Amino acid sequence: MDLLQKLEILADAAKYDASCASSGAARKDSRGSRGVGSTGGAGICHSYAPDGRCISLLKVLMTNACLYDCHYCINRRSSNVQRARFTPDEVVRLTLDFYKRNYIEGLFLSSGIIRSADETMEMVIEVGRRLREEHHFRGYIHLKTIPEASPELIERAGRYADRISINIELPTQQGLTKLAPEKNLARTQKAMGHIRGKIEERHAERRKPDAPKPPPFATGQSTQMLVGADDSTDAVILRRADSLYSDYRLRRVYYSGFSPIPEPSSLLPIKPPPLVREHRLYQADWLLRFYGFAVDEIASDTAPNLDLQLDPKLAWALRHRAIFPADVNRAPREMLLRVPGLGVRNVDRILGARRHTRLRLADLLRLRIPMKKVLPFIIAGDHSPTRLGLDDESLRARFLPPPKQEELDFGAPPPPMPVDINSVRSGEL
Amino acid sequence: MRTVIIQPVFEEWRERARELLALHVPPGEVLWSDEPGESGLFASTDGSDRRGSVPKVPTAFLDIARSVAVHRDPRRWGVLYRVLWRITHGSERHLLAVATDADMRQLTLWNKAVGRDIHKMHAFVRFRLVGKDESTGREQFVAWFEPEHRIVRLAAGFFEKRFAGMDWSILTPDECAHWNGSELQFTPGVARQAAPDEDALDDLWRTYYRSIFNPARLKVRAMQTEMPKKYWKNLPEAELIAGLIAGSEERVERMLNTEERPARPAPKNAYLDSLREMNERESSAADEP
Ligand code: SF4
Repeated sequence: MDLLQKLEILADAAKYDASCASSGAARKDSRGSRGVGSTGGAGICHSYAPDGRCISLLKVLMTNACLYDCHYCINRRSSNVQRARFTPDEVVRLTLDFYKRNYIEGLFLSSGIIRSADETMEMVIEVGRRLREEHHFRGYIHLKTIPEASPELIERAGRYADRISINIELPTQQGLTKLAPEKNLARTQKAMGHIRGKIEERHAERRKPDAPKPPPFATGQSTQMLVGADDSTDAVILRRADSLYSDYRLRRVYYSGFSPIPEPSSLLPIKPPPLVREHRLYQADWLLRFYGFAVDEIASDTAPNLDLQLDPKLAWALRHRAIFPADVNRAPREMLLRVPGLGVRNVDRILGARRHTRLRLADLLRLRIPMKKVLPFIIAGDHSPTRLGLDDESLRARFLPPPKQEELDFGAPPPPMPVDINSVRSGEL
Repeated sequence: MRTVIIQPVFEEWRERARELLALHVPPGEVLWSDEPGESGLFASTDGSDRRGSVPKVPTAFLDIARSVAVHRDPRRWGVLYRVLWRITHGSERHLLAVATDADMRQLTLWNKAVGRDIHKMHAFVRFRLVGKDESTGREQFVAWFEPEHRIVRLAAGFFEKRFAGMDWSILTPDECAHWNGSELQFTPGVARQAAPDEDALDDLWRTYYRSIFNPARLKVRAMQTEMPKKYWKNLPEAELIAGLIAGSEERVERMLNTEERPARPAPKNAYLDSLREMNERESSAADEP
């Protein structure tokens, strides 16, 4: 089989992993070396596929042969998909050749499990080792690890990788038992705990002033949860995500709407969930991480699923209209963050500007704040809402999307920050 | 009213702005205009000795001015001078913090446009292998790119850091950047024909692009927002897009109509046996989400 065919099979096999981030790595670059590569910025999307997803890494499997039988996965042993296997050198060459042409930020390498977890991990690690040690590659490397692999191997993977990940796949053990019988939630979490410990240990060692420089270790871990393959509610998914963020300090939890595959399993729903569900979960995830929301405020036992028609912040605001309006000239940051239509950056701009001027609607308009969305919820210098008297239903109706389903975008890293104009340093003209 | 014709580079504007400030010329009395032609890019900028009294301004203003200076909008010099005036003569030293001010808003938009253009250049430059330097053994690459603003110098440092171990040139209509392992150099702009069209790796890259695409999640608009059509002509993968979109519906239909595969029993394997034992021991202890 030639390289072109292998690439076709082993990229196709990897495409159901949503993660493509190349941000959050330690700063390093190739100056003064014979190699290529740099990391440490926001991460760059070098292309976009017509599925709207960012292409920033060469995302492939070492092999798509697999002992496991995860029913949502094209590579499971029950699938009739054609199998292929890269040699370590083939992956190394592809990564370097693609990188030098500026097609990619680096490599995301994963693998089907052959023979045993340890043997599989060794193959994956060997690629990382060759790239770093033989080719002085300083670009981004993300290695997928297997929870059952020995801790020593996970540590070696972390030496070469900027990020390592283990997919949690489903939020409950019942789900796994049914759909991924070889996988186990407790073991996955134990491995995540081990990785967290390593990351923090290295981080602490690096900050000790006189200690010898410790060997490198990944700066972050992430995971992916499948949505719509089992019957877990959004509340169950978000609670699991929340505990992953707090217990294991994950950088990102990716939500991947279960997508039909060419080798369907009899255990899975035929119809995939609407793409918008995945999008709402990402929005809820942002609310948890950056807006000070708790899971119960977004999805609870009484309303376990997110409103598919309204974004979760707006849905929350409509349920809590009594605490609005918020005065943009006086409300504290935490309150402004809860106003539908105000993002973190605009909240900070408002806080900066209102120290010097009394904000009116024209000012907000200049920040390109979506006025239709914020107006019912704010007071400004020349505005106080009269429409909050509206009954629930008509206020809600104002925000419903037009009947045509919108195309949604998510998951792409934000563009890099332009020059920060709020910095207070002083210099000569 | 006076007209100031400048070569379109930041240093030149800074010189003239200093002189005007020293003479207390208010912004309403100056018309700024770019000198025609691209010669300005290579103007000597040894203005450092001409400084009279140098006003203090926040560094953030200088940073944003350096960025806005490469924007192609002819109004940028006037707005920059007005903001400078307001900071130094209008007792509005805090102006940079007022994101809602109309002038600041305009500068922010230009700054963002330049930042985005730089980001897209970092993303969409495609190097083509043209040879190897026999004496050093270094591979040599050339890329063609058409930036929206005059960003080559601002964007070049990134490529130097990332591709230190290879020789490269990025050619653009404005200006070209070259790296030989020790020095970053700039030369005047060239025409498209100066750059190679293809690379032997383009086919592998297209194969990757085609295979990583998931037809069940078509989101054409999301793709185009991030990768606008104007960039497509220099991206080897772009020629596939129309075909992938057109074929996706049929591919999804086929998946949905495929007969479901029955589960296959586990093969004999010591590792799988050990997993099964572990599963039985651990049961589902951690199962309360
Ligand atoms: S372990 Fe499961 S998810 Fe991973 S490749 Fe094998 S079958 Fe697919």
